[in-house]
Amino acid sequence: MEIPNMNYIDELSGDDLGFKANFVKILKDEFPIEKLEYIDNIDNNRTDAASQNVHKLKHKMNILGLEESYKIAVIFEEELRLGNERLKDDFMKIINTIENYLKTI
Amino acid sequence: MKCIIIDDEASSRAIVKKLCSTLPDLEVVQEFENAIEAIKFLNRQEVDVIFLDLHMPGFSGIDFLQTLKNPPKVVITTSDPDFAIASYEYEMIIDYLVKPITPKRFEKCVQKINSSSSIPPKQNKGTGSENALGEDLYINIDRRLIKLKYKEILLIEAKGDYINVKTETSEFLVHTTLKKINSKLPAALFLQIHRSYIINFSKIIDIEDNSVLIEKNVIPISRSNRPELMRRLNLL
Repeated sequence: MEIPNMNYIDELSGDDLGFKANFVKILKDEFPIEKLEYIDNIDNNRTDAASQNVHKLKHKMNILGLEESYKIAVIFEEELRLGNERLKDDFMKIINTIENYLKTI
Repeated sequence: MKCIIIDDEASSRAIVKKLCSTLPDLEVVQEFENAIEAIKFLNRQEVDVIFLDLHMPGFSGIDFLQTLKNPPKVVITTSDPDFAIASYEYEMIIDYLVKPITPKRFEKCVQKINSSSSIPPKQNKGTGSENALGEDLYINIDRRLIKLKYKEILLIEAKGDYINVKTETSEFLVHTTLKKINSKLPAALFLQIHRSYIINFSKIIDIEDNSVLIEKNVIPISRSNRPELMRRLNLL
């Protein structure tokens, strides 16, 4: 399993520590909401709505340098649109990894 | 240059705002989490550049682009590289940034903005096909742009606020008007033969009195459109 990293955020922030702190806060605020919405939609078989949640969540993977996870999310988003939940467990592992990482930064 | 950012995700807006702040030419005057609010703002105030996310719930970036009468320069920000070709159908789009946007790529984008000429005001293009470039048309279905080849389209039927595009293999219900799609179609291939129907001229099987047969579809010909249809037939 890939490990999230701060490379992109560091590149973006440069010496601007205020921005970095604020951006991390935005991630910490946004992520749990998107995760909950996703779980609610998956649990209630709203696969099309869940695909929209995956679309948003995959941006966080991009930001946190999770390139392989991002590729899985792209496929999962497409499959969900067609009602296929095949990658549900893999995706859940990824978002749990992000959740745990966000607690450490 | 005054710019606005439209993106439903706060983190994405923060990234673009930060990137703008690193360059002297750009001033972010407002940011919006949905396109409707941005339209209201643009009715009151002019801007030079819009950074626009394509993938937003409800009212997508493409929907938004279609509402702009005298658009400023637009830079698309999205995670879907597949939209890139479709987005260049819109002349106001200067660049297409795939997330995550790096500072280096953003700098290049600003150079493009600076070197691009301003967008001329839209001309009234009538019902012809001046817009019809290439061999395909993109239609917006549930936030996805689906490519249709002109030659595969059989007919288009008006259905209230929607149109039903019938192709050789399937049908697509699109939220637009017959008039609007007519302006995008090549006039040499398509003809409106009734207030509710546009047909692909090359798909006609036969014409009988006041109707045209296309595959198994019998399409009425209105009295007012009949002369034009007859004029274009290669009659013996």
